[in-house]
Amino acid sequence: MTTRGLVLAVTGLALLYGSLAVAITIGPADIRVGDVWSAVAAHLGWGSTGLSPVRDGIVWQLRLPRTLLAAVCGAGLAVCGAVMQSLLRNPLADPFVLGVSSGASTGAVAVVVLGIGGGAVSLSAGAFVGALLSFALVLLLSHTLGGTTDRVVLSGVASMQLFSALTSFVVLTAADAETTRGVLFWLLGSLGGAGWTDVWVCLGVLVVALLVCLGYARVLDAFAFGQDAAAALGVSVARTRLVLLCVTALLTAALVASAGAVGFVGLVLPHAARALVGPGHVRLLPVAALAGAVFLVWVDTLARTVLDPQEVPVGVVTSLIGVPAFVLVLYRTRRAR
Amino acid sequence: MRPGARDDRPRRPRPAQPPRRPHEGPQQSEGLCADRVSRGAHGHLILDGVSLAPEPGSTVGLLGPNGSGKSTLLRLLAGVLAPASGVVTLDGSPLTALHRRDIARRVAVVEQQADTQVELSVLDVVRLGRVPHRRAWTPVSAEDERAVHEALDRTGLTDRADQSWHTLSGGERQRVQIARALAQQPRELLLDEPTNHLDIQHQLELLNLVTGLRVTTVIALHDLNLAAQYCDALLVLREGRVVARGTPRDVLTEELIAEVYGVRAAVTCPGDRPHVRYLGTLR
Repeated sequence: MTTRGLVLAVTGLALLYGSLAVAITIGPADIRVGDVWSAVAAHLGWGSTGLSPVRDGIVWQLRLPRTLLAAVCGAGLAVCGAVMQSLLRNPLADPFVLGVSSGASTGAVAVVVLGIGGGAVSLSAGAFVGALLSFALVLLLSHTLGGTTDRVVLSGVASMQLFSALTSFVVLTAADAETTRGVLFWLLGSLGGAGWTDVWVCLGVLVVALLVCLGYARVLDAFAFGQDAAAALGVSVARTRLVLLCVTALLTAALVASAGAVGFVGLVLPHAARALVGPGHVRLLPVAALAGAVFLVWVDTLARTVLDPQEVPVGVVTSLIGVPAFVLVLYRTRRAR
Repeated sequence: MRPGARDDRPRRPRPAQPPRRPHEGPQQSEGLCADRVSRGAHGHLILDGVSLAPEPGSTVGLLGPNGSGKSTLLRLLAGVLAPASGVVTLDGSPLTALHRRDIARRVAVVEQQADTQVELSVLDVVRLGRVPHRRAWTPVSAEDERAVHEALDRTGLTDRADQSWHTLSGGERQRVQIARALAQQPRELLLDEPTNHLDIQHQLELLNLVTGLRVTTVIALHDLNLAAQYCDALLVLREGRVVARGTPRDVLTEELIAEVYGVRAAVTCPGDRPHVRYLGTLR
């Protein structure tokens, strides 16, 4: 690793650590960084907390899993977006371009509103299954229609429309007002229900997906001039596309099942990361992951505090803050031509 | 173009090569060879039983009107397409039996016009040439860096390594693509009408660069005089079949030009290379 890379890695990790530590202390209950540490230490079996059970619960049961899930979601969505944009050669691609999020919502709605699974299936599990079904439909469609990159994107769009329509249909015909409100909150993305299971599942999938994508980093570079050029550089285009589509779809499905469809992060953070370190994927993917994590940690902190005690869906805040930031990034890196 | 200008270009020395065979046979197994390859699309044949075995180190020009199968032949030679019948071999092994990465370490391709939306520098593009040489999860090796810098040096781009791809002219972009191809350290270089969008100065510069390289080159060209001037051997295609092959002097005759292109031309031979002057169409 070069010096620049090392500096970047250390800065990024320090920034992430700082953001996590500070974000956990922000909220209605007064918690300090030291309290967080003693709570963590106590739960890992080192010594006892000096905290009251209520404060310990706030740190360990509420803020810590929620903040960690925000970081994992942000990182995962940004990595998926970066991979999709390069693989599909489309700057508008994001983790949801394959219809995964709409499939997830249909699955979630089927469980919550229609009661499929008879209560034995959780919302997350329903969402996960729905996401994978939608992705399978996209793969099948794009393969039948010729398998080129634009067919993948178009199949994704078609699938997205289909599942969105199904979701709206079910919600409008079968749900009462209270359920509709709950489903809507989840559709817009929410980290409110985060538990430790969500954190561990998502973190596990993220680590595996990130390792696979990093293994394909130089191959992704080769897609810059199109898939024919990539093939001439020795890349097996079909295999690469299948592996990376499956890995990113799996990661997106896991994230959406836990946190809902948090928009914007996967579309924009990769562009911001490119503006920071250039288009080489060996650097781009880790930087996008760190940037996404830090971004979503802060956005979620804002979402849960700005209208306290009411909570704003995190997906709403990502777009409200993200769009001006995105315009600024694009403006500053506009081509001098 | 002035025909007298052609002797100015530096010729690469090639004392160690065997005597030239005027008609290259498909039996030769060294290097990249196509043996009676065919390929169709949408129910008709684009390429019909074409054989090609370039002399190692030579420059072979592919000629023929649009749609005669030049690009398809190059794609078959690159292993990007598989032949429907016949076989393309690299040192005797069929390309279909080789790993894509191993082919890309030997055979480099330069397209007619390459473009990208990604914000790449000249150095980034040239580094793409190292993709087939690198393994997953491994950092850049000293060998990679050396190959990239040699390629930049050979193409005269060392000073412009940090320039953005999007600020380059068409000729400069092709030069960068050739540098990228050289970074692959190929022994075979395939070029598909690389001079198409260039002005005459950049056409000559590019062909000087390419023919001065120590690689076997197969290059599709439109301009008969450039082909005559720069190629050691020519292969002429029409409707997917070979209609002539041999030295420029043997191939570029008034009869052949009339037959293949439907054009009346006067061919003179002031030095050892023919010069074509177009007189009009036949039809």
